[in-house]
Amino acid sequence: MRVRFWGTRGSIPVALTSADIRHKIEQALALAIASGVDSPEKLQNFIEHDLGFSISHTYGGHSSCVELETGRAEYLVCDMGSGARAFGNRIMSRRDGGPPPVINVIMSHVHWDHIMGFPFFAPAYVPGARIRIHGCHDVLEQAFRLQQSAPCFPVDFSRLAADIEFTQLEAGASYDVAGFRVTPKLQRHTGGSYGYRFERDGKTVVYSTDSEHKLEDPAETRGFVEFFRNADLVIFDAMYSLLDAVSMKEDWGHSSNIVGVEMAQMANVKHLCLFHHEPAFDDDRIESVLNETIRLEKLTRTEQPLKITAAYDGMEIEL
Amino acid sequence: MKNMDIRSKTYGDVLVLSPTGRIDHANSEVFRRALNPLIERCSANGQRLVLDLAGVDYVSSAGLRCFMLAEKQAKSQGGAIVVAAMQPVVNEIFEISRFTLVFETFATVRDALAKVSPAALKAFDAA
Repeated sequence: MRVRFWGTRGSIPVALTSADIRHKIEQALALAIASGVDSPEKLQNFIEHDLGFSISHTYGGHSSCVELETGRAEYLVCDMGSGARAFGNRIMSRRDGGPPPVINVIMSHVHWDHIMGFPFFAPAYVPGARIRIHGCHDVLEQAFRLQQSAPCFPVDFSRLAADIEFTQLEAGASYDVAGFRVTPKLQRHTGGSYGYRFERDGKTVVYSTDSEHKLEDPAETRGFVEFFRNADLVIFDAMYSLLDAVSMKEDWGHSSNIVGVEMAQMANVKHLCLFHHEPAFDDDRIESVLNETIRLEKLTRTEQPLKITAAYDGMEIEL
Repeated sequence: MKNMDIRSKTYGDVLVLSPTGRIDHANSEVFRRALNPLIERCSANGQRLVLDLAGVDYVSSAGLRCFMLAEKQAKSQGGAIVVAAMQPVVNEIFEISRFTLVFETFATVRDALAKVSPAALKAFDAA
């Protein structure tokens, strides 16, 4: 099973600025000078092995959109944030004269950063394409139609050429979608959001974004631990520091890296992927959060090690 | 749920609280309930408060949340809490959680008293 991240940023898309790029170049050149890089061969080696990810790459700025490869001639994707534009372009480029695509969309909720990519999702404009949008909110279809209503967008939803269906799911029930067993769970977030547990061929991925885990209520905590139980990968909303999550940003509907590690350890998860990055954080800051989270896991490890990564646009995880 | 023993000692106008063991999801509520009256008493007596964490070997997010609630309670009553003598692991958890942005921390209880109250430091040194 392969998971591919098209959008990983929380709340609003962000882009690198000219100053950000200049800062990366300055850092890279200073390190290259200090490392004695004086040949193309040394340069390649230096970029490959010595330059940190936050300098040589970027975590990216698209809002939530995560694809789970189905191994079939259809697609499965969580959320339609701004990353959906690139995802749609990839579908179009792979079509290569073949039949119109079939795309299954699973929606955590309908806040703007999770639907804003849909008006730019190229397959929606392809006659014969089938887009099945699944979610637990009764306002699912209304939200998709509303964002394309005048005066907010020039193309009304009714003018989309694809065959678009909306399917209502219920938390706690399990469904077969594109070969996956899919189980939604209600999460703490303004207006409610839903996490999804995906199971196929003995592998499990949990997509749990826009979820505030307070761990105050033991029964609620147990419920989420069971939802995460033995997952190969948990994609976790780690937008805030714990300090922010329990003080000024309490009840804003997001969690922290610390709570992510604690829950993953309780649930015997194999891989925790930090997701829904704070838009105010630059690449250096996200890398610091990642390194601190890895350190925390080492400090608090009781049984098997927990792998920790920070999602970036374009990242692929093979399970 | 286990009881939580929090030793308390007064030095001049400062109350030093010394919990022991782990403060985690299993006992954070007990810890919070044990802490509440001590903070109230502290505020009522116009005392300042030092949290001596020398005997605490682990604090989870639930435990940190208790510290935050205690700080809010103390602040609303005109007081403040400082933290002292953290073990290295707890110190790192404070840094990773960014709680060091809210709590002033000191290497020892004596260092904390020296900053908070000269009278308390004098009482501590005389004890």
